[in-house]
This record gives sequence, structure tokens and C-alpha cells, in this order.
Amino acid sequence: MSAATHVRYELLRSFRNRLTWALSLALPLVVYYAVASGQRHAFVYAAGVSFPLYFMTGMAAYGAMFAAIGPGGRLARDRARGWTRQLRITPLRARTDYLAKTLAAYLVALPALVLVFLAGVTLGVRLGAAQWLEMSGLLLIGLVPFVLMGIILGHLVATDALVPVMGWLVVFFALFGGAFGSLFNSGAMLTVVKGLPSYWLVHAGAAALLHGDWPAEGWIVLACWTAALVPLAVLAYRHDTGEA
Amino acid sequence: MTISATTPRTASTTLVSGEPAGIRAIGLTKSYDTVQAVRGIDLVIAPRETVALLGPNGAGKTTTIDMVLGLTRSDAGSVSVFGVPPATAVRSGLVGGMLQTGSLPDHLRIRELLTLVASYYPKPLGVDDVLRRTGLSDLAERWTTKLSGGQAQRVRFATALVTNADLLVLDEPTAGIDVEGRHEFWEAMRGIAAEGKTVVFATHYLEEADAFADRIVLIARGSIVADGPATEIKAKAGSRTIRATLPVGDLQSLLALPGVMNVERHGETVVLSCADADAALPALFARFPEVRDVEAAGGSLEEAFLELTAEPVEPRPKEVAE
Repeated sequence: MSAATHVRYELLRSFRNRLTWALSLALPLVVYYAVASGQRHAFVYAAGVSFPLYFMTGMAAYGAMFAAIGPGGRLARDRARGWTRQLRITPLRARTDYLAKTLAAYLVALPALVLVFLAGVTLGVRLGAAQWLEMSGLLLIGLVPFVLMGIILGHLVATDALVPVMGWLVVFFALFGGAFGSLFNSGAMLTVVKGLPSYWLVHAGAAALLHGDWPAEGWIVLACWTAALVPLAVLAYRHDTGEA
Repeated sequence: MTISATTPRTASTTLVSGEPAGIRAIGLTKSYDTVQAVRGIDLVIAPRETVALLGPNGAGKTTTIDMVLGLTRSDAGSVSVFGVPPATAVRSGLVGGMLQTGSLPDHLRIRELLTLVASYYPKPLGVDDVLRRTGLSDLAERWTTKLSGGQAQRVRFATALVTNADLLVLDEPTAGIDVEGRHEFWEAMRGIAAEGKTVVFATHYLEEADAFADRIVLIARGSIVADGPATEIKAKAGSRTIRATLPVGDLQSLLALPGVMNVERHGETVVLSCADADAALPALFARFPEVRDVEAAGGSLEEAFLELTAEPVEPRPKEVAE
């Protein structure tokens, strides 16, 4: 009754879903090259970095979000097939399943990050090892709320509505979080978007590169989202499986 | 209204051996919107018993099973499995099941799927053993999504088997399997039951319930209408007919005979529909020694089934005391 087999097969299934995997990896890469390759010598004065570097942090966040929410799709398929219900009459615990789904999300998110970083390097981005690591670490931590969102949607949203719902959600968070360029640099709206987990996902790059600026506020926002989404995920699980 | 047709076995709430019942469901009810799917089911199943839940579609078999498995919460009543709540039994790996609906998860091979399910349980069977027993050895490396309906059903059965759980609950396990496959399926099931498992299966195939179960629980319109060995079910159905030549005797005195539910007279021939022909026959001879040409036709289980599950069009005929 160990969790290892479940985790192993969850990762295997994620990896075998080649098309989803490939598309998750390709999307941020394509957007990155399409936008940044023509502006490789541009400079973003507001941020104080080159455009390829600036946009790389945004696309890393976007790609990672897209990848992290993905296991929700597999969950929805399993649900549509009645498999989640079948699992409910086995000793498998929901938390083991969520652990496996989280690891599977990272299995897709991590290469997505690495590919966007490599793309950045081809456009002239040069960073120290510590910066690459700090940026990656902060991004991966910032992904937790998105993994949870994927699970919640996978439990609650009808399979045929899932793709548009997830697409909207990721684009919403990416856009307002500033993955395509920050929309607000001051004022009330900046305060509002700072409450989004995606703001901090995008900010992870800036924090690592510029001034090591990762305030407590970032941790608090991510912790609040996580704290709010975990019970929601539990509720979604119960609602979905009819568990009393 | 619950039509009480319980045997002494189900009437008792404690088992003679003192061990907890495999399943004990008391007073279960469940409604979906305006439809009352289950209306007061009492069911006690002993460990190592093989029980068929027999009934037409929509009788409440699946809802009952879902409540026993803890998948659906009952509106009223209680369920325990091996003496503990269903969720606890499930978590301890005491329950293996095959639900009626559902297909298999994708991106897995059959062997992998069975290995995965086995990993959830404390004492699973060997995957190769299960593949052999279910006739799936040749398909072990096949993708779960590349199977015919009958093959997929066998894989679903294999996922229940590999759990090696003490209680196996199978909802319409042979639906979609051809005759030969069905035979293989029951062969495999006999092996399991012989190993001391408690097996509960839902079916609307009479011959399966008759051939395989120790006991048949007949469910219709959300209630148990009969519960006992197959022979007892047949007897209960009132579908045994006695024909005889009897010039004398009025209808009332014939109807007063024990076990007789209905009487028709066609000239010198009388036709007695009996709930209990065993009681009616000797009484007939005793009361009317002049009776001749007596024929007793035993009803088939099919007839019993139809009789017991039919929509009542008028108040039930008199219940005959046993």
C-alpha cells in the first residue's frame, strides 16, 4: 500500500500523453520567439533589463502555469470515464493522488521552464548560476496555487468545457499578473494585481535578476491562495465523488 | 410499503458465530429528486456468503450497492461493512469492487493498470495470476483504450479480483460479455468464492443468480420482494399451478386450502394457483378425496421473477403465512 506505484504511473501517464506534453512545452516557446526574436536588442527601461530577458521571465511564468494546470485535464478525463469513482472504493487516499498530480504537474512545468530559459540564452540572455536557480526555485513554489486550480477544475468542470475554462483562466492570470508585460506600474490596480499568485510568479524572475527583491508580501499572497485552494480542492473532491 | 418476505437468516441482526456481518444494511432509503430509488432495504450478508441482487433495471440495485460502498449517502438507515462504516472498510482495503458504469483510464497497459490497482491493497493477488484467471494473459501489454467491450469488461473484473479484498461487490459484472466469456467469468468467480470471499453481485440474468449465488435477494421498485435460496424464491412466487379433475367443491372452500392463492373452475377441471404447492397438495387430497388427474407444474425462476417484480395493479394477493 505504498504511494510510490501510484506516483510512478501518474508520471508515466502524464509523459505518455505526448500531444498535451508537447503543446505545453511548445506554447510559451513559440510566443517567446515570435515576440522577442524581433526585439532582441531592445531594452525595457522600466525594468532595467533587456527585452529578451524581461519577456523570458514572463513566458517562463506563463508556460509553467499552463503546464501546472494540465493534470486537471487528466483528472477530468478519468472522471468522465468513471475512474475517479472506481478509485473511491480503493484504499487510495485523495492526498496521495494529489501528491502524484502535483509531481506530474512539475514534471511538465520544469522542462517548460528550462526550454524557455534556453530560448532566452539563444537570444543573448546571460545570467549567473545562482540567479537561474533562484528564479527557478521561486517559480516552482509560485506554481502551487495553479496545480490546485487544475485539480479543482478537473473535479468540477464538465470535460467539454474544461479546455476553454482552463485557457481563459491561464490567460487571465498571465495577463493581469504581467506575464506579457506589466499592465500597471502604480495605483490601485497595481495593489489589486499584487494579490494574484501569477504576479509573484512573474515577479520571481525580476526578484532573482534585479535586486533580490522578494518581499514577505509575495510569500503571504502565495500562502493565502494555497490556504484558500486546499479546502476548495477537498470540497471539490467530495462534491465530485459524493463522499459524505 | 415494504413487502416483507424475509427469511430467518436476514431477520436476525447478529450472526450466530458472533463475527461482524459482511454487510449489514438497515432501513436504507434514497431518493433522487422525486424518484424514490430505494425504499427501506434491510439486508444482512454473512461473511463468505455469495449473494445475488436480482432485479429489473431501475429496481434500485445500483443505488443499494453505491450506499453499501459509501459512494452514495443514504437518506435514512445505516450500513456497516465487516462491522465498520463503509468508508473505513474501503480505506482498510477490505472492499474490492466493480462498478456498473465506467471505462478504464487511458495511457496505461492492462498489466500496468492491474499493478496500479494492486498497489492500493494490503494483500493483493499476483498480477500474472489474475491475468491468467481472467483469460487476459495474451492482452497484458495491450493499451486499456484498445479493447473490445467484452475485453474491457473482463479487465474491469480483473481489477476487482486483483484486490484480493474480503468483500467483492460486482455491479452487473457480465454485462456486455458474450456467452463463452460469461462462462469463463463464472468459472473464475467460483474460484474466488471458494477462497472464502464474501461476494455480492447485481444482475438481471436469472440463470446467473440461480446457478451461482447461495442466496438471491430479489429487488423491485426499491424494495426487497424476496430473499432466500433460488428454490425458495420460486416457491414464493405463487406461480406453481395445480390442475385437477374435481366435480365437487365450491370455489371458497378450495381457496381456503393452505397455500392456494387463486382458483379457477372450467367445468370439472379446477386450476389452483399456489404460493406454496407443498402445503396445498396434501390439503387438497385430504379435503377432497375424490380428486383425480392431479398435475402440479413448477414455475420457472423466470416466472417467479416476473411475478415478484411486476408492478402491482391492485392490492397484493393475500400473503400466505409460512
